[in-house]
Amino acid sequence: MTDRSIELEVLRYNPETDSEPYWQRYSVPHHHEWVVLDALNHIKENIDPTLNYRWSCHMAVCGSCGMMINGSPKLACKSFMRDYENLIRVEPLAHFPIERDLVTGMDDFVSKLARVKPYLIPKQDKPVEEGEYRQTPAELKRYKQYSMCINCMICYSACPEYGLIPKFLGPAAITLAHRYNLDSRDGGREQRQEEVASGEGVWECTFVGACSEACPKHVDPAGALQQVKIASTIDWFKEQLSSWLK
Amino acid sequence: MAKVNSKPYQREISNTRWYWRNETYMRYIARELTCVFIGIYTVVLLVGIWRLSQGQVAYETFLQALRSPMSIVFHLVALAFSVYHSVTWFNLTPKALPIQIGEQFVADRVIIGAHYLGWAVVSVVFIFLAGVF
Repeated sequence: MTDRSIELEVLRYNPETDSEPYWQRYSVPHHHEWVVLDALNHIKENIDPTLNYRWSCHMAVCGSCGMMINGSPKLACKSFMRDYENLIRVEPLAHFPIERDLVTGMDDFVSKLARVKPYLIPKQDKPVEEGEYRQTPAELKRYKQYSMCINCMICYSACPEYGLIPKFLGPAAITLAHRYNLDSRDGGREQRQEEVASGEGVWECTFVGACSEACPKHVDPAGALQQVKIASTIDWFKEQLSSWLK
Repeated sequence: MAKVNSKPYQREISNTRWYWRNETYMRYIARELTCVFIGIYTVVLLVGIWRLSQGQVAYETFLQALRSPMSIVFHLVALAFSVYHSVTWFNLTPKALPIQIGEQFVADRVIIGAHYLGWAVVSVVFIFLAGVF
């Protein structure tokens, strides 16, 4: 049931014709159960087929539909229209280059993610016949929260450090490095530390905490980064101590 | 692979005005600014020690200056900022120092409470060393 319409202002940009982005306003029906992504799909199907945006699962799992909704980075599939007033402004995720309309360039994030090796690097390789790498529920619990990351880049959009210092590895990449470092089956921490504990890594973080507030999966990247700082500091002291004892 | 015709648009971010963008950023900047007052307070403390080294008359003049209305206002403001800094920091400690026992994490309030307890103990020790009791 819809009894009224709601205005949606979308930041448009066509690299072939526009020198800069501009706002375009659409009037869409207001349904109590609609999320912003439903409104965008309504525009695409019924009003303006030229509108570009990414989406896939419509259930906060794929991480494709991150965008700025009234100035805050959100998943469009998780943002109910009923929670907004009569005008909703939708922009591409902040801090990323706009490729077209709401589509941003992900190259920087993807290359940073690859640099931290976000996958299991077993302590010791063993043949498949020897079975799986086993883990207790307590060992799983240690990192589980950080494994909920869906690479939606919302934390990068929330992070003012990343906006001001684009070389910063950023919240999600470091959090995922931390997730594997905490894994009892993993032995790759030393390899990851080269990137994570560098100047472009965790030490660019000044603990604004906006990443954790924005994260749609409650991963708490800010917490992960502070833990990485403490662990890296302990590494440094151990190194100093061992060279002093020699 | 076909070459994609790409002309990405990069939005500018102001170095000096970004923190007005939302409440989280403003709270963060307020917290960062507390260091200015804590810094000035530290300088005042160092001046006090320096005046003490110059003898009783110099130190009495310093104490007199501390009693001026300007000085009292500054100390109240510095106290407010340092309490804000400490409280917000203690509230963040469970993020940095999670403690796992078995399959459970120790509740946030326990970790925060332990910090307040530590603060109280250190304060009592200092007050004792200062000869208050």
